[in-house]
Amino acid sequence: MAAATTAPLKTRDFVSDLDVRWCPGCGDYSILKNIQKVMPELGVPKENVVFVSGIGCSSRFPYYMNTFGFHTIHGRAPAFATGIRASRPDLSVWVVTGDGDGLSIGGNHLIHTIRRNLNMQILLFNNRVYGLTKGQYSPTSREGMRSKSSPQGSIDHPIDPIALALAAGATFVARTIDVDAPHLQATLHRAHAHEGTSFIEILQNCPVYNDNEWLELEDRKTRVSAALALEHGEPLVFGPKGDRKGIRIHDGVPSIISLGDGDDPVSHGVATHNEAHHSASYAFALASLARPEFPLPIGVIRAVEKPTYEAMLQAQVDDALEARGPGDLKALLHSGDTWTVE
Amino acid sequence: MAQPKKPIKKVEHVAQPEKPADQLEPAALPKKQVKQVEHVAIRFAGDSGDGMQLTGTKFTESTALAGNDLSTFPDFPAEIRAPAGSLAGVSGFQIHFSSEDIRTPADEPDVLVALNPAALHANIADLRAGGMVIINSDAFTGKNLERAGYDGDPLPELVDRYRVVEIPLTALNREALKDLKLSTRDKDRCKNFFTLGLMFWLYNRPIDSTVRWLETKFRGDVLEANKRVLKAGMHFGETTELFPASFTVPKAKIQPGTYRNITGNQALAWGIIAAGVQLGRPIFLGAYPITPASDILHELARYRDFGVKTFQAEDEIAAASASIGAAFAGQLAVTTTSGPGLLLKQEAIGLAVMTELPLVVVDVQRAGPSTGMPTKTEQADLLAALYGRNSDSPMPVLAPCTPGDCFAIMIEAFQLAVKYMTPVTVLSDGYLANSSEPWLIPDVDSLPRTEVRYREDPENFLPYERDAETLARPWAIPGTKGLEHRIGGLESEENTGTVSYLPENHERMVQLRAEKVARITQDIPPTEVNGADHGELLVIGWGGTYGAISSAVNEAREDGLDVSSVHLRHLNPFPSDLGEILSRFRQVLVPELNAGQLRRLLRAEFLVPAESLSKVQGQPFKVHEIRTRIEQMLSAGS
Ligand code: SF4
Repeated sequence: MAAATTAPLKTRDFVSDLDVRWCPGCGDYSILKNIQKVMPELGVPKENVVFVSGIGCSSRFPYYMNTFGFHTIHGRAPAFATGIRASRPDLSVWVVTGDGDGLSIGGNHLIHTIRRNLNMQILLFNNRVYGLTKGQYSPTSREGMRSKSSPQGSIDHPIDPIALALAAGATFVARTIDVDAPHLQATLHRAHAHEGTSFIEILQNCPVYNDNEWLELEDRKTRVSAALALEHGEPLVFGPKGDRKGIRIHDGVPSIISLGDGDDPVSHGVATHNEAHHSASYAFALASLARPEFPLPIGVIRAVEKPTYEAMLQAQVDDALEARGPGDLKALLHSGDTWTVE
Repeated sequence: MAQPKKPIKKVEHVAQPEKPADQLEPAALPKKQVKQVEHVAIRFAGDSGDGMQLTGTKFTESTALAGNDLSTFPDFPAEIRAPAGSLAGVSGFQIHFSSEDIRTPADEPDVLVALNPAALHANIADLRAGGMVIINSDAFTGKNLERAGYDGDPLPELVDRYRVVEIPLTALNREALKDLKLSTRDKDRCKNFFTLGLMFWLYNRPIDSTVRWLETKFRGDVLEANKRVLKAGMHFGETTELFPASFTVPKAKIQPGTYRNITGNQALAWGIIAAGVQLGRPIFLGAYPITPASDILHELARYRDFGVKTFQAEDEIAAASASIGAAFAGQLAVTTTSGPGLLLKQEAIGLAVMTELPLVVVDVQRAGPSTGMPTKTEQADLLAALYGRNSDSPMPVLAPCTPGDCFAIMIEAFQLAVKYMTPVTVLSDGYLANSSEPWLIPDVDSLPRTEVRYREDPENFLPYERDAETLARPWAIPGTKGLEHRIGGLESEENTGTVSYLPENHERMVQLRAEKVARITQDIPPTEVNGADHGELLVIGWGGTYGAISSAVNEAREDGLDVSSVHLRHLNPFPSDLGEILSRFRQVLVPELNAGQLRRLLRAEFLVPAESLSKVQGQPFKVHEIRTRIEQMLSAGS
């Protein structure tokens, strides 16, 4: 394909000329800005970048990126991205989806794309509501949520995106927050560097239909207690000075341990974060940590290596070429039993 | 195969009682008399566990190598295996072979091979009067008769109408294998090859291709057993008094060249590969398994050496979506399915219409609606292909007319898709997919070749700027510097492609999308009229009914009837000369395996009083069904 761009790219190179049209105060603005900020740092020529989306507020995203973009149909973005990436492993593919698009109508594609481990980034903006269709409860909405379609409260049990991704065999799973710029950027870097499907749940605020859903995580002051900041090789501790706590995981079941300020967490039984744990059950234990009983894990939950679909597909092509040489149409048409009429 | 043909002559050999065999053949050697016949239709029928499809296929391969023209019709039972010996579990395979040009598997078989009572019960009504029925007498036991729905022994009643040949196939087969260390069950599984050997002898077919196939497929005792019973079947034919003579069908006088036997699905898969070669771009197939289209996926998955990437998706929607993604990325993308899958793909196909990306959609139609009868043929997805998407969503629709034509149509479909930047639907059907014919292997150098151009120049690039001749927009693929742009399902502004809700722009874009598809008429060759180009009656069909329609019309013409036929390969747009042709006939008949879909289109488009001959039994037309209607219309009209 085309040669790499020579001049270093800037954030503005990734800004399209279309006016951004989300509601004022929407968390999507912050995510967009951070992605545009990170893009030039990745060293990928922008003509090799493709943003793919489905339908929903978040799915307007590709229009605002000055890269190649494909705004597809509801829920199917991972399938479109699969076709792009499987046929063109030279491209950097990013899927932008939401909790309705990705987990409701598109749940099937999300599962299967993750399980095939195509090398792409899937960013799921989770605002726990349908925004574009003006305020119905979504698959991640809390039970009892009152919305236009659930005036007496939602009676759906919600799904957890992280647990779903893990169950699908995800090789990279992370959670971050729309307004936490440094963490969001660092997570995007990690996801891009990962060879395989990187699934990122981004907690995103919808001020119009589900305001302050993540307030305690977005607000720096409460975040200390509400979030469990994950660092590979570091103990699972949270809480402010004077109220430090840790997470112990016994038989796959997490519990909270209170720690004195001088206590060594590990010797008190606090688990040490290992994003590359050979067993996914550790990550499942993290995924089970939910508000308000537990702090919500923020960071890279799991990062392991597995061959990618497109690499294996290409290897099959290469193997066939090596074994049989390039396909010869004439030989194919004449293969097997033929006969000649004079 | 295309030559006018005579009415199907009845095969004479089986109807006339011969002199008693012992007078004809006093000794086993020298060989029995060999009689020449022009054409024969045989139907192999048995339980779905009896290997009838394999038997039929091997007989077909050998017949092809013997140089006959042929046409086959495998008639599968439902996919889920019915109880052994039941009527629902009967599997049939009909082959019609001839020294002359033939186009159908024949209305009535001359010979029925029935391996159990259910196979007899399900098929005997089709056998022509005076035909031969060969039965496995070992299977005609009380229980099997009961399962087949017979009260008593059906054979005594048959002898007046048919020549019944009773052979203890199970016992003979076991006897031939008695010293092999195989279970009785395994031995019994070989009896279809005993039967095949017998039929090879009866029609003097070469066995080499079958032996070669066995050698690649089996080893050890199983190989030995199959080879042995194949020969034992032949030997039995030679020595038994049941068959006083064997038969031969001379080579067909057909166009010189190298031939192979091919089914529609195989030709279609190879057409896709050929399109990749001729257009010089890689193939991407997204598919989800579905009867009767899965064989296309199986076949293409074998050819990674052609750079073919196949993707077995999680569902039909993903199969279409991934293919469209691949098309966006610059691949020759195709998605294959059958009716229910087409409906699931429609929203994605609508996106390909809206984003004007080249995608080929193959629908191997089957009997519906809903799950319908998956193993049975129908042509009832025409309106769905044309109108089954939301809003005005025009796209070209093509249909192959013979198994071999499935090859050519795929190259054409891809050419149109990339030339006009549009999704294209190809409507095959269950009959074309599985039936086979000798196929004149095309000269690769003479196949159409098209250069596919991606847009490369960033200067003045507009994603929806249109080519003056075709109205196609540029194919600007990711990886091309300076062409970064966004496309999607929202309405686009003319030329720029920017999202637009402006009323006039939307109307303009709806018109442009329609006009673009309409312009494809400039690529459609003049319509061939079979017979006189004007007259009393025009029979017009499309898709897999070609063989039956052209045979019926040619027969009628030979008998002096004023009838012609047209077979459409292009359903949208119609050829530009079609209206003019229709106007030159007083009556129009449209035989279809649906309730009259093309008829409806012709009436709407051309205001002609077209009449429908509809058949929706999951079975192809018989020649006489069309012939009878032609005669009725001509006598009523005159
Ligand atoms: S509805 Fe909510 S999610 Fe959608 S743009 Fe407005 S604020 Fe953002």
